[in-house]
Amino acid sequence: MVTLFLVLSLLTVLSALCVVFTRNLIYSVLSLIVCFFAIAGHYVLLKASFLAVIQVIVYAGAIMVLFLFMLMLMNLNKKAEASKPFSLKVVAVGVCLLVLVALVSIVFLSAPRVCFAPLAPVSGSVSALGPLLFNEYAIPFELTSILFLSAVAGVVMIGSYGKKAKKQ
Amino acid sequence: MFHAYGPIFILFAVVVGFVGTTMLATHLLGPKRHTKAKDETFECGVPSVGNARVPFSVHYFLIAILFVLFDVEVVFFYPWAVNFHFLGWKGFGEILLFTLTVCVSLIYLIRHGVLDFEQE
Amino acid sequence: MLFWIEKISLVVLVFCVTLVIAMYATLAERKFAAFFQDRIGPDRAGPFGLLQPLADGIKFFFKEEFIPANADRFLFVLGPCLSMIAACMTTAVIPWGHDIVIFGQTMALQIADLNVGVLYLAGVVSLGVYGIMIGGWASNNKYSVLSAIRASSQMISYELAMGLALIALVMHTGSLSLREIVQAQHGGHWNVFFQPLGFLLFLICSFAEANRVPFDLAECETELVGGYHTEYSSMKLGFYLFAEYINMFIASAVMSALYFGGYHFPGLYHIGLSDNSAALVGVGVFFLKIAAFMFFFIWIRWTLPRFRYDQLMRLGWKILLPLAIANMIFTGFLSLLLG
Repeated sequence: MVTLFLVLSLLTVLSALCVVFTRNLIYSVLSLIVCFFAIAGHYVLLKASFLAVIQVIVYAGAIMVLFLFMLMLMNLNKKAEASKPFSLKVVAVGVCLLVLVALVSIVFLSAPRVCFAPLAPVSGSVSALGPLLFNEYAIPFELTSILFLSAVAGVVMIGSYGKKAKKQ
Repeated sequence: MFHAYGPIFILFAVVVGFVGTTMLATHLLGPKRHTKAKDETFECGVPSVGNARVPFSVHYFLIAILFVLFDVEVVFFYPWAVNFHFLGWKGFGEILLFTLTVCVSLIYLIRHGVLDFEQE
Repeated sequence: MLFWIEKISLVVLVFCVTLVIAMYATLAERKFAAFFQDRIGPDRAGPFGLLQPLADGIKFFFKEEFIPANADRFLFVLGPCLSMIAACMTTAVIPWGHDIVIFGQTMALQIADLNVGVLYLAGVVSLGVYGIMIGGWASNNKYSVLSAIRASSQMISYELAMGLALIALVMHTGSLSLREIVQAQHGGHWNVFFQPLGFLLFLICSFAEANRVPFDLAECETELVGGYHTEYSSMKLGFYLFAEYINMFIASAVMSALYFGGYHFPGLYHIGLSDNSAALVGVGVFFLKIAAFMFFFIWIRWTLPRFRYDQLMRLGWKILLPLAIANMIFTGFLSLLLG
């Protein structure tokens, strides 16, 4: 169990590093897919098989397809991107450091929430999730549909912009 | 858990092993003769002009975004479907409301012509 | 330990059967095509051309491995591999038959009985698009890139209606495990009787997911040369073609298992066979159903012309998706009303 966890963690971290350090964007997307699979493996270890499969369907199967699509539809021939001005680099490093400090402080300052006790086998199953989602979290669930509606409006906006650009 | 997912890893290992060996075998067995004309991409015999990786219609991009959106919506239906009889009419009402919003977004998309692929 | 030996042998067996069926599906396709067009078809290699798939396979190995000069070499090789891997991984959750008892040990004829089996299928199917996308894009051929974009937007469009058709089925069965879904159908209670529209939607979407006629816009010869595999040769081309036939096989198996009772056959357990032989007959029945579906795939291919691209998108988004939503809501309403 622990070895499996270590192997998966190593895979997650390495593929995540690949995402950042690869120059070619397609390779970067592919390593992100590997990273998502490793995270799905972590969910399986936590006995949340539904979440694991959803992770694969939504992240690896849908969002990454969108990313790859975007890269395929864009012009990737210009290999050398214009180097950013020095001030921008300083700001970027600063923001990243702030995020790092925030994350680390969350981990160390907050009360330990990680539960090392063996989980009940039903906790992550679909049949346990259903009643929870439709009774206790019914209102957030309905609100997500509004969120989807606004996202669809965004798609229509992009589409109409494309059409206008074509007409001109 | 090991008993449920272990065999899938065995299958994965077998498949990857087979694919890798076959690729290696075909790489070693086949002949290799390079000429300049042959190494070009085949575009019906016409000398290929420029690069194939050019910017493309935004329409396909919109379809991909819509796919992500609707895929997430579909995922929300699964917990309901599994507990369908347990949740009864209450769950059905909630899903009906949710589906209504999905339908509204679909109609909105159709009315704005995002899903039209006909020539303009 | 015994469990793992049993599973490894089952995995190897299923994998070999899949490959052999995919090989012979190519021969069946050519033979039926010849029959529909009043020709004879391949008849040189072995009696009735039965060794033809083997000859084709060997030939693939000895063909020149061609990679275009301006292609991305790694991705070019990765594309067909991904296609093949994604196609083969779906076999994991399909229940091939009833448990059989060997030397006092019960052995399940299913590689992995996941409690989220239906979702696993959906997940692997959604990954199938990568092989075509990456291979087509890596070729750096205009036809291949065009085909990769077409194929991926087609596959993602039809995945939605497929998922919704599956949800209506899950509502009826109340389980995501394929084994439980098949077991619930014994005694002639096949899901197709309760979900006729759902089955039709699933059937159409599996044609689209497997890139078969009338949805083979990704490789339509008249417009795109060979589509995403224009630049491919040797076993890399072989993998793309193989993956298509494996997808066809798996789609047939999934449809037989989900909607047509899997290995069940009315009256199978009343003939008076022992449990083991009844299970084996069940496996045979399952493969007969699969063969019938595969024949249907082939039959359609040599009967119908292909769709135009706008027709394909209209069918997917404006007809199948609303129909699938209506089917889901209607199923829910009806089964709650009838208790």
